[in-house]
Amino acid sequence: MIEIKNLHATVDGKEILKGINLTIRPGEVHAIMGPNGSGKSTLSYVLAGREGYEITKGSVEYFGQDLLAMEPEERAGAGVFLAFQYPVEIPGVANTTFLKSALNAIRKQRGEQELDAMQFLKLVREKTKALNMTDEMLKRAVNVGFSGGEKKRNETLQMAVLQPKFAILDETDSGLDIDALKIVAEGVNALRSPERAMLVITHYQRLLDYIVPDYVHVLAHGKIQRSGGKELALELEKNGYAEFGVNEAA
Amino acid sequence: MATTTTSHGTSPGPSRAPEAAPRGFDPATARPFLEQFDRLKADLPGGSLSWVRDLRDQGRARFAQLGFPTVKNESWRYTNLRALDKLAFQPAVAAETGVRFDVLPTVRAAGTSGPRLVFVDGRFRAELSSTAGLPAGVELLNLADALTHKPDLVGEHLGRLATPDDLPLVALNTAFLADGPVLHVPQGVEVAEPVELVFVSVGSDEHPTSFHPRTLIVAEDNARVVIVEHHVGLGTGATLSNGVGEVFVGANASVHHYKVQREHTNAFHLSHTAAKVGGHGVYDNFILTTGAKLSRNEVRSTFDGEHGDIHVSGAYMVRGDQHVDTSTFIDHAVPCCTSREVYKGVIDDTARAVFQGKILVRPGAQKTDGYQQNRALLLSETAEIDAKPELEIYADDVKCSHGATAGELDDQQLFYLRARGIDKEAARGLLIGAFLAEALDEIPEEGVREAFQAYVSAWQNAR
Repeated sequence: MIEIKNLHATVDGKEILKGINLTIRPGEVHAIMGPNGSGKSTLSYVLAGREGYEITKGSVEYFGQDLLAMEPEERAGAGVFLAFQYPVEIPGVANTTFLKSALNAIRKQRGEQELDAMQFLKLVREKTKALNMTDEMLKRAVNVGFSGGEKKRNETLQMAVLQPKFAILDETDSGLDIDALKIVAEGVNALRSPERAMLVITHYQRLLDYIVPDYVHVLAHGKIQRSGGKELALELEKNGYAEFGVNEAA
Repeated sequence: MATTTTSHGTSPGPSRAPEAAPRGFDPATARPFLEQFDRLKADLPGGSLSWVRDLRDQGRARFAQLGFPTVKNESWRYTNLRALDKLAFQPAVAAETGVRFDVLPTVRAAGTSGPRLVFVDGRFRAELSSTAGLPAGVELLNLADALTHKPDLVGEHLGRLATPDDLPLVALNTAFLADGPVLHVPQGVEVAEPVELVFVSVGSDEHPTSFHPRTLIVAEDNARVVIVEHHVGLGTGATLSNGVGEVFVGANASVHHYKVQREHTNAFHLSHTAAKVGGHGVYDNFILTTGAKLSRNEVRSTFDGEHGDIHVSGAYMVRGDQHVDTSTFIDHAVPCCTSREVYKGVIDDTARAVFQGKILVRPGAQKTDGYQQNRALLLSETAEIDAKPELEIYADDVKCSHGATAGELDDQQLFYLRARGIDKEAARGLLIGAFLAEALDEIPEEGVREAFQAYVSAWQNAR
């Protein structure tokens, strides 16, 4: 599905990614664990197409296409989804308007018919219920006045509505208490399928108790230092990132 | 006339003012208008009434002394009217024919009608107008008719609020005062249907055309009325609309006064509104601007009784080389009044916007609550906003705040939308629409708000 080869990226002239290699097949859930500043968020933004990152070397192939040549909206249309670590607040745009615009934009890109207001409402009601979200949250402006947990649930709702092929979850656990984490993880797990792949980016092992990965990779100093099964996460939880030349005080 | 200056820049031109002219005015620019006035004045309506003649002569005399303001005038620092001097405007002729109006703008639902006055190049068009559906006692007519047949209806108010003073455009309008809407709502009467005032600029292909509509609105104590002004353009010739409005809001009365200006880009649209609000009265003004090459809306309102409420807000969207100026003045002359101003602007290409907002709290005007905000969104590197908020406070127990911001679209918001599949143009559109929606939310009348929202969308889609 996605093949990242020797990916190098710089921000403001500083090299953050120093040769990432990663192949993900349909149905797989990969976790990337790493300390602060290891390049985790840079990787997710580069894959989603945010401006401000310069790719100096390497390639990313997505279903045989050059992902890095695509605009962010084209990537979304092709099924790439980034669940943001810090979901953006958009005053003045109702959550439903946003969701409907997004879904119909993607359907249009896929050559599918756009949903009318009634069809959309039916779909979105179904999804919100599963995530324990209220209609009121749909009427509010996008993420404005949402708690940390509500924002992450809103990200999960978007994923459930847009049905991506490849979802990147960037620090989805940050700012969540255990109950909120469980709700979000349930929402994510419900989306696991043989056609869909996920890349779960996290600092802590905790999230991986709820979203159990098939593979775990350790990212440090802009490179994947080690790869293994889910047991690697437990090892990291015990020993920290010291083995990879990273000293984290807390 | 020594029209030696041709540049449109901000550098001062060669001095050609006679010694008597106050600084910041150019009396030489008055001449063509004065000559036109002298030729026309015998034919202006109400000419048999001495008070009308006096009013006009005072306007003429003051405009002769001042001429158009220059950029040396503090109030006109950012809006240069020099282009007006070059255009050799001719006064509009009364009988404009041959123009068809199949669909006049309205905020009403399709298929419904209501009270409406239509003016073409400043002159009343009876066949397009209607006063049907107004409650008994409400007067809605055109000024020329009022001056001829009901001079007492307007004599008490006309020229009392908008006085020439140092306002040359008011002086010019007063000299040419001839036609425009007159609305009088008697004590305790509530007008359910919005009163629509439609101003159509047509002009001429032969020469630039000027007109000076005069609006008079009187809401007596406990009256209520909603007024919607439409200013639109047909035709392609240059036009100058130099309008003046006077709005009297009685005690405990409320006047909701909304305006949308969508003139074509050869139009100059200058407008001065003066309002006075009685105790517990409400004056609610909102102006939406998308049109004209150059426009200025000056709104000056004064509290005339305690516990009044003045609300002047608006939204402006300009592109190309349009210029839009919003200048407001709120005079807290008495205690315990509330004023609120929210303006939002979207400026693209090389367009330029000006916001000047002054709040004056006079000595003794305690418990004043004043709020002012102007936010501008700049869509291009060459777009410009000049904002000059001014608070002048001479009382100590007041709550006043103001804020002016100018910025670009938020990159993070844009990326968030695009990362969900929404293309760049649509994402920009959503964000611009959201930005303006906050201003439109200041309009409490739902039907008007929705109609104005549609004008905003039309502007966005016209890209």
